[in-house]
Amino acid sequence: MTPPVKTPTAPVMAVRTAVILLIFVIAFTSLLAAAHLWTRPAIEEAAAAEKMKLIGEVLPPGLYDNDLLADSRRLAPAAGLGLEEESTAYLARKGGRASALVFEAAAADGYAGRIRLLLAVAVDGTLLGVRVTQHKETPGLGDYIEPRKDRNKERPWIRQFDGLSLAAVGDRAWRVRKDGGRFDAVAGATVTPRAVIKAVHRALQYVAENRQQLFTADGAGK
Amino acid sequence: MISRDELSEIRDNGLWKQNSSLVQILGLCPLLAVTTNVVNGVMLSLATIIVMAIANVAVASLRNLIPHEIRIPVFILIVAALVTVVDLLFNAQLHELYLVLGIFIPLIVTNCIVLARVEAFANKNPPLQAAFDGVFMGVGMLWTLALLGGLRELIGGGTLFSGIDMVFPGLQPLQLLPADYPGLLLAMLPPGAFILLGCLIAWKNWVEARAAARDSGQRPLPTPPAPLTDHA
Repeated sequence: MTPPVKTPTAPVMAVRTAVILLIFVIAFTSLLAAAHLWTRPAIEEAAAAEKMKLIGEVLPPGLYDNDLLADSRRLAPAAGLGLEEESTAYLARKGGRASALVFEAAAADGYAGRIRLLLAVAVDGTLLGVRVTQHKETPGLGDYIEPRKDRNKERPWIRQFDGLSLAAVGDRAWRVRKDGGRFDAVAGATVTPRAVIKAVHRALQYVAENRQQLFTADGAGK
Repeated sequence: MISRDELSEIRDNGLWKQNSSLVQILGLCPLLAVTTNVVNGVMLSLATIIVMAIANVAVASLRNLIPHEIRIPVFILIVAALVTVVDLLFNAQLHELYLVLGIFIPLIVTNCIVLARVEAFANKNPPLQAAFDGVFMGVGMLWTLALLGGLRELIGGGTLFSGIDMVFPGLQPLQLLPADYPGLLLAMLPPGAFILLGCLIAWKNWVEARAAARDSGQRPLPTPPAPLTDHA
């Protein structure tokens, strides 16, 4: 003789299931929030350290004697930079005079999402260096735009930009060789370099157009 | 606790019998995108092992609290939350390792192998067994992806272990084929991954068919499936 099993009605079941799901959602969302809050300071610190290291890669150390992270300014969103949000630029000075600008730009037309770049341009318009800071290009294929993933260690792809300027390279040459330009690219992965080259070219034009503003001591974004 | 038989069954399933890539054919998205070389394949697998073991233990511990009807949304919630937490913790605490493994961790969200093991194993077994299942499934994935990545970079570019200097600075990739080897782009592109994965599956089935034939005292199959070299 077993007692009759009491089966709950459908609405009761539905409510009970919904409440259990809700509890799980709250529990795991709290876990996420806690992990986020707990790790944020360490992540931000690491990101700042990486930023200085990255700036060091595009900007030769001999060109500045000021504290770069303190000499930052906000740049308004600009199509020339490929950015829809404000970005931070750092003005390098030597002996009090502006010598170079380190700023961010982005290429929207990569193979997979935006490619973010960090550029350093000297006051005379010469490109000092370019580095890719963020991208989602295919590992092992399009990611050679990052020097440490580039198989060519002696002259990584991204270093082709070093020392170029709008004055030295005509508009039509800012393309990969396959399209009649002056830049090499790895066969089978030309979407990525095309996007980077276009973004660098646009960014140089942006600097040329806003040169006065960008290199004056007080900055444009204030 | 766990018995020796149970452990060896979990191990055999993970490494060979139920191999996630060769038998369950799960997780193809990261598998195809990432296995362009050995290092990437191994790194993705290591990240997956960590996440899968943790997710399996979490679900196995909570399995009696999860109503059957809503188990899938709850599993997805747990897996997604844990992947994000692992990502954050790695970023904050093991930053050097994160720079190497970091890009692979978000890829795991798209890897249905984690969800599959949670549903097929952790939901029905105690936490300890589930932890071993996660680890061995991941190790099975590791050797398969390492092999696939190795074949792809060898055929595609004649090298092995390219990118090793990211993990161990100072080590150089091996150039196995002559430097003037033109490379076969197909092997580096996703179709090449599909073709080579197909060859690996055929190889596994052939090995098993031969073993089965030997067990039943017969001669090996007269026509084995296509050998590995038929990729191009």
